[in-house]
Amino acid sequence: MPAVSKGDGMRGLAVFISDIRNCKSKEAEIKRINKELANIRSKFKGDKALDGYSKKKYVCKLLFIFLLGHDIDFGHMEAVNLLSSNKYTEKQIGYLFISVLVNSNSELIRLINNAIKNDLSSRNPTFMCLALHCIANVGSREMAEAFAGEIPRILVAGDTMDSVKQSAALCLLRLYKASPDLVLMGEWTSRVVHLLNDQHMGVVTAAISLITCLSSKNPDEFKTCVSLAVSRLSRIVSSASTDLQDYTYYFVPAPWLSCKLLRLLQCYPPPEDGAVKGRLVECLETILNKAQEPPKSKKVQHSNAKNAILFEAISLIIHYDSEPNLLVRACNQLGQFLQHRETNLRYLALESMCTLASSEFSHEAVKTHIETVINALKTERDVSVRQRAADLLYAMCDRSNAKQIVAEMLSYLETADYSIREEMVLKVAILAEKYAVDYSWYVDTILNLIRIAGDYVSEEVWYRVIQIVINRDDVQGYAAKTVFEALQAPACHENMVKVGGYILGEFGNLIAGDPRSSPLVQFNLLHSKFHLCSVPTRALLLSAYIKFINLFPETKATIQEVLRSDSQIRNSDVELQQRAVEYLKLSSIASTDVLATVLEEMPPFPERESSILAKLKKKKGPGAVSVELEDGKERGELNGGGDRGGDAAIAASNASTPSPSADLLGLRSAAPVSGATPSAGSLLVDVFSEAGPAATSAGVNDDGFLRFVCKNNGVLFENQLLQIGIKSEYRQNLGRMYLFYGNKTSVQFVSFNTTVSYEIKSRILNVQTKTVEPLVEGGAQVQQVINIECLTDFIDAPLLNIKFRYGGALQNISLKLPVTINKFFQPTEMAAADFFQRWKQLSQPQQEAQKIFKASHGMDTEVLKAKLLGLGTALLENVDPNPENYVCAGVIQTKAQQVGCLLRLEPNAQAQMYRLTLRSSKDTVSQRVCDLLAEQF
Amino acid sequence: MQFMLLFSRQGKLRLQKWYVPLSDKERKKISRDLVQTILARKPKMCSFLEWRDLKIVYKRYASLYFCCAVEDQDNELITLEIIHRYVELLDKYFGSVCELDIIFNFEKAYFILDEFLLGGEAQETSKKNVLKAIEQADLLQEVRLHTDP
Repeated sequence: MPAVSKGDGMRGLAVFISDIRNCKSKEAEIKRINKELANIRSKFKGDKALDGYSKKKYVCKLLFIFLLGHDIDFGHMEAVNLLSSNKYTEKQIGYLFISVLVNSNSELIRLINNAIKNDLSSRNPTFMCLALHCIANVGSREMAEAFAGEIPRILVAGDTMDSVKQSAALCLLRLYKASPDLVLMGEWTSRVVHLLNDQHMGVVTAAISLITCLSSKNPDEFKTCVSLAVSRLSRIVSSASTDLQDYTYYFVPAPWLSCKLLRLLQCYPPPEDGAVKGRLVECLETILNKAQEPPKSKKVQHSNAKNAILFEAISLIIHYDSEPNLLVRACNQLGQFLQHRETNLRYLALESMCTLASSEFSHEAVKTHIETVINALKTERDVSVRQRAADLLYAMCDRSNAKQIVAEMLSYLETADYSIREEMVLKVAILAEKYAVDYSWYVDTILNLIRIAGDYVSEEVWYRVIQIVINRDDVQGYAAKTVFEALQAPACHENMVKVGGYILGEFGNLIAGDPRSSPLVQFNLLHSKFHLCSVPTRALLLSAYIKFINLFPETKATIQEVLRSDSQIRNSDVELQQRAVEYLKLSSIASTDVLATVLEEMPPFPERESSILAKLKKKKGPGAVSVELEDGKERGELNGGGDRGGDAAIAASNASTPSPSADLLGLRSAAPVSGATPSAGSLLVDVFSEAGPAATSAGVNDDGFLRFVCKNNGVLFENQLLQIGIKSEYRQNLGRMYLFYGNKTSVQFVSFNTTVSYEIKSRILNVQTKTVEPLVEGGAQVQQVINIECLTDFIDAPLLNIKFRYGGALQNISLKLPVTINKFFQPTEMAAADFFQRWKQLSQPQQEAQKIFKASHGMDTEVLKAKLLGLGTALLENVDPNPENYVCAGVIQTKAQQVGCLLRLEPNAQAQMYRLTLRSSKDTVSQRVCDLLAEQF
Repeated sequence: MQFMLLFSRQGKLRLQKWYVPLSDKERKKISRDLVQTILARKPKMCSFLEWRDLKIVYKRYASLYFCCAVEDQDNELITLEIIHRYVELLDKYFGSVCELDIIFNFEKAYFILDEFLLGGEAQETSKKNVLKAIEQADLLQEVRLHTDP
């Protein structure tokens, strides 16, 4: 390049830049700039008309000042004047100023657009390009309005110069991204697609960006691009490195275009045309083969360009997810990169493998690299690479390697960078829950998490461990024992105290038999931590204490003493004081029966998506990390990605707004309705778990229904807005159900309306409901009573439909009411001889229903018994010769008839299986009860 | 690509090109954050990092850092080579480019970039073609043009 072409002699500008560079301080710089601004202002305002050169120089100085980070509020008009200069460099500086400093001054926009219009119609390619660059750089709506019609014409016109076509394509892309509604492709579509065939590689390179963007938005209209892209790609891939002349980059033919072609193909499913597909697979194989060839140059540019294509090809292979052979080859290639000396390649290989791990074809192949990845987590010197390794471990985790991966992640946590600890904690918590075979491992893992990284264990994580312990009776004793031991540590994290307080308050009785963890020992241990804790934790501990009074009457005096002390009953914190006063009063006036009801064990939480998973999704954004996170994508978008957690938190804090009586009331209705003790009222709300209002579906939820086969009370449904509690009682063939609708938000529900429908035409159930008030205030709860009469045996349950408006949006929820045939059981006690006699009487094949199934919960004896009793039958002891088996008897009461029913459940602990046999005088009853009960174990 | 930044080891911004609409305030905040993040990284570290919901690709050439922000589906390695090709273009144009060339001829640096990348996408990847376009423009420099060709 000749030296003359550099600077075009704006000496004044060079001097000014030197001056600025010589400034010793920020103040001096500002002083110099202000002096210059004053000078330029006076020149612009002066009487003497400035010549083009001076105008250009001053506009350029202003631009420089702006780029230094200072505000510029004048000079726009002078820049616009430069646009219509007939000197190229003046025009160019004018456009540059406008591109960098445009504002929405409408008068100015009109003038700018006029100048652009002139240049576009000048037929001078250099001017046209300048004008197009300016439109692309500004990309405002006003410009789209003025030029979106004209540019496609320029793009496809036969006589347009190549360089202008290139600018026009990308200019149009920018306008389309900013104002898609203004760019109408319609008639141009096919001619734009055919730019993929253009002889000029530069035109193809520019046009393909436009085509890719348009294809991703309107795939059908652009689908002809697939075969064109494949043949173009095929020509490049098979060309010798010198064929493409200047489009070959460090011996790699057209790397940018190749990547873009592969990217375009990712907007579509695999080509349907066999020939096209064959050609494409051939290309992909060639690209994979080339990766194994010795490099043609030692330059990093060569390997980068080559590998850029390789990674894009792998992305396409993963996108198709249909060619096992290619997927496994891709995985092997990435496996080689995992140990490459280039950090960049290790990083990208880890990242790319993350997506491979979610394909069924390559999941196993990815797993073979576990040791390398664990090693990367331990030894990589760059935190962003370690982060990728952690992501990959998370993605490749399954039941077979969960214990190893969780252990490695836990040990990494001890030294992990602060920036990624919280995310690591969430991941460990999710994996531990997801792949827990025995829940004692889960409890151990979470408690370890709290021990190792307590500060990073967010509320969601410790809420979740409590939810799970409450829902899984097989782990409660172990959890109590383990937290008790963990609390022995002299310095334990406050989160440990929270979990410990909650679990011992619920299940401390399970370990109270051991004198080393007697009630008083437990209490003293908890209370020794009390004074070191924050207010919310203390509040939680106070609730644990009142639960202790119920669990262990012998601790009553000690605990009352504590509650009565000034530091509690006169505590300056209103919440603590209130709890102390109320609990003290409650413990002294309530009878043991009342106390037992009020402080009953927590009912199970509704099973739903883990709140920590939701939190991780939120943290990582849509589409992150792995499979389950993928399906979070849509939900995230449905939610509008908004901060719904905030809403729920407000609702929750409203719910616990203290008024002396409200708290106790909340306590009384705690078991069936709010499902929370006062301590939990504000804490155990599963803040992130449900999708927001928009995602409330009208689909019927079966899970909730099945949970109520063996119990009558609990939470039937819960989302961000509404909680429905249920309490029911049955006698003979009659039932009464109380539904409690709780508004969890602080906003009222209007047009609240519920209907119970029963679709079967014949009269089987007689269901009567009372209508509820159409207005449910924020934080309030309304009750509805439903009377049910069973006329004859039935299978389908009545449907409950709830409609209301929340903040203008109509919510529609349909649920199955948990009315099942077994609710009308009357237990029948009988001796062994009677049982076997009746069993034999019911020996016709249709009278018997049998199921053999795998245990999906623990096989704990007490739990099984509780469930069988919950079914409504009598549990007969000493009847079955095998003491491991259970037999039950009962009579189902319907208006039409009574159906006697016998049941036998044979657990096989070794195989983790059950055999369930039902015999009754009516085949439909045997079958239905068998079906319902088989879902309970 | 969403934006490209050039800055010195002292953290001084030498060139900024934004391909998405952002307010002046946001631009300043982003530049400040990123310059700080990247200057804090050690030499042998990987050239890519996740930053907000973007991928940052950066490389240091002598005293200058070149940094691009691309979207999730964009290719990191090819972006790295976009940077390199731009450096090559500057080098060829200025003849062994150094930071001072870019400071004193900042407008040229912008013009070259516009010929190479437009709207955040590669417009012309051939080094010859880009330089030819710039050369032609330079030849027009002092030639008077007729408003009506």
